[in-house]
Amino acid sequence: MSIKLDQVSLVHPNGHRAVGNVSFEIDSGERVAIIGPSGAGKTTLLRLLATALRPSAGEIRILGDDPWRVGRGVLRELRCRVGMVHQAPPIPPRQRVVTAVLAGRLGRWPLWKGLASLVYPVDIEGARQMLARMEIADKLFERCDRLSGGQLQRVGVARILYQQPDLLLTDEPVSAVDPALSDRVIGELNSEAIERGVTLVASLHAVDLALHWFPRIIGIRGGEIAFDLPPARVTDAMLKDLYASEAAVPTQTNAPLAMQPTGIRRKPMCS
Amino acid sequence: MTAAKADAARLRDPAAVPRLILTVGIIVVLWPGFRLTEFDLGVLFDPRNREIMGRFVGTFFPLATSAEFLRLILKATLETLAIATAGMALALLIASPLALIVTRSLSISRIGPGYGFAAGRLLRLPARFILMFLRSIPEIVWALLFVRAVGLGPAAGVLAIGVTYGGMLGKVYSEILEAGDTRPTTALLEAGGSRLTAFFYGMWPVALPELVSYTVYRWECAVRASVIMGFVGAGGLGQQMELSMRMLSGGEVSTILLTFLLLVVLADAVSAFLRKVTA
Amino acid sequence: MRLVHWLVLAALLAVTWASFAFLSLDLGSLLTGEARAQMWKYVVSFFPPDMSAEYLVRIGHGTLETIAISAIGTAVAAVLGLALALPASGRFGAVPRAVARLILNFLRSIPDLVWAALMVMAAGLGPFAGTLALAWHTAGVIGRLFAETLENAPTEPAQALRLSGSRQSLAFLYGTLPNVVPQLVAYSLYRWEINIRMAAILGVVGAGGLGQMLYFSLSLFQQKQALTVIIAMLLLVVIVDGASAWLRRRLAD
Repeated sequence: MSIKLDQVSLVHPNGHRAVGNVSFEIDSGERVAIIGPSGAGKTTLLRLLATALRPSAGEIRILGDDPWRVGRGVLRELRCRVGMVHQAPPIPPRQRVVTAVLAGRLGRWPLWKGLASLVYPVDIEGARQMLARMEIADKLFERCDRLSGGQLQRVGVARILYQQPDLLLTDEPVSAVDPALSDRVIGELNSEAIERGVTLVASLHAVDLALHWFPRIIGIRGGEIAFDLPPARVTDAMLKDLYASEAAVPTQTNAPLAMQPTGIRRKPMCS
Repeated sequence: MTAAKADAARLRDPAAVPRLILTVGIIVVLWPGFRLTEFDLGVLFDPRNREIMGRFVGTFFPLATSAEFLRLILKATLETLAIATAGMALALLIASPLALIVTRSLSISRIGPGYGFAAGRLLRLPARFILMFLRSIPEIVWALLFVRAVGLGPAAGVLAIGVTYGGMLGKVYSEILEAGDTRPTTALLEAGGSRLTAFFYGMWPVALPELVSYTVYRWECAVRASVIMGFVGAGGLGQQMELSMRMLSGGEVSTILLTFLLLVVLADAVSAFLRKVTA
Repeated sequence: MRLVHWLVLAALLAVTWASFAFLSLDLGSLLTGEARAQMWKYVVSFFPPDMSAEYLVRIGHGTLETIAISAIGTAVAAVLGLALALPASGRFGAVPRAVARLILNFLRSIPDLVWAALMVMAAGLGPFAGTLALAWHTAGVIGRLFAETLENAPTEPAQALRLSGSRQSLAFLYGTLPNVVPQLVAYSLYRWEINIRMAAILGVVGAGGLGQMLYFSLSLFQQKQALTVIIAMLLLVVIVDGASAWLRRRLAD
């Protein structure tokens, strides 16, 4: 058993209930796509699985452990085995692609290796291979703020491939990638999961990609599960119903995390 | 073979060499710096130094609060404030005429350019130079020079602040005047107005708040500066602190330091108040 | 002008008059014939400046010493400031944060020159005292700026690394530091510029550099040498001003 959710709810501090009474199980090696309209709670659900959020009610087990009952050391080990691709890749803009990819394994490296890699990248070849699978091997030594949004997302995916986790979580990993490449990226994620026999859970806005690549589709709406079926049994009517109430405004922005040096205020100085 | 070579080349971090050069460069530049500054933390733990410093710091508490000493401090504080204020008055006297000369938009001869254009520039240039000269020499150096010219005491401090801040005010005043809308001034000049008429009717009303605000701000700086200048004998709190330090009486030093911090806060409040009232 | 303005003006005039009265200053006496003659003699005694090769070499050494004091002082301050900024930005909880802020405020509120006088007592006359003095004061100034920068840095990158099991120190180095380094460097360089000017004058209390040379030559009534030092200071300030203005224009493009 890779993931088990039992009556899990999450209420944000502002009182908004993002996920309500959700229960499902995902076996090891399963590949699951989560679809649903913007604001349905896809991101929140994935963040629950990634142990980034603690459920307000219900029980959650990830890779056999309850992340909120185990000690700090066990939690850290558990987190090494969970990899998450965020929609807006949380990578410092000035970091180089090679460093950003290698950062995927920081959890498994001893401290000295992490420090050494800041001086000289310790596994350039490894990073290059993962980037080649994303077709951006030529950007190996580029700075991340020189990449397009889609390229940056693929760096984020390469980082997770390099991490080699037992549970791959991806939150809209191709929202900024063009359609042909999207297919390639989702394909690589799937073949990674199949080859290594690990679990893949992906939230996707593009329904056709979900139906094409994943043997199991979970549709969610308003924080609750609408259906949980193999793709062949997902009908057009179900999809139409699922997206009927879609809000026009996306809930997540792809805002860059750049921090521009704010020019130093030259207020008159005494000296 | 060549492909493998190209592969290997691609996989070498291209930033490694520049980084190495930068690191070595910084070390090469800083290393003589450590030598030049005689950097040696061991000196701090030299038993003789440590004993003096330990004895000195040990006496920082309790604060010196004898009535006699407090009276002395009060007098020194008032003296510091008076030096700053008198110094600013002198600075205004120096800065105002020079600023009027330097400000380009007040030039009559530039219209056209008309009669006396070259002469006007010839006059502006030395005025500019004087302003730069006055403000580029730090106030504490002026204070050192004036202490030797007019003797120990507040007069040297007043002169030092007057001269340095005169240079600063003059430059900033002319910048403020030129940054404002120059059309009313130009119109007045073109209508045959004199320099002073043009200034008082064209610029004064617009630029006044900013001029006042900057002057008040500078006064605040003058208060700090007059404390500092006391160290070379120009009167006020600083001179008192220098004396107390020389006598190794820590309690007095800490009392003076506390007074200084209070004075800075007070000056800040006064200057904020003045800026609010005059805005 | 409103009534308030007249009142303020009257009060300011009164305060100014009171200041002159309190100091019993009589600037008029400086303008009497005798005083003027004496003043003129004093001014003339500075000329011509001592431009002998031997003295210029010493001036060059003093200038280098001044620059070294400012550079090393700023570098030490940057390290110390960062060490204090980490707790001051609240990374290790509320108590270390309060303590670090207290230390930073203390370091900052004592002016450079007072630090210099204290350090001359602790480390003896010479450039090392000046370096330490600049380091203490600047660490206070720079540490507060660093702490603000760290607080405003986006937290997502480091958090994402923590989520994939990274330890906190590495998450900081890989996730937060790359975002803030340019700002930290900018602050340090900006402070260095100010410190060059400061280092030139700290010497008047014995903390090395050009200031100490000036103090010595004035104490020994060697006005000609003093003028050379003043010219060197003036050049240093003008060059630093020009270089920094040029650099900022270049960086702004």
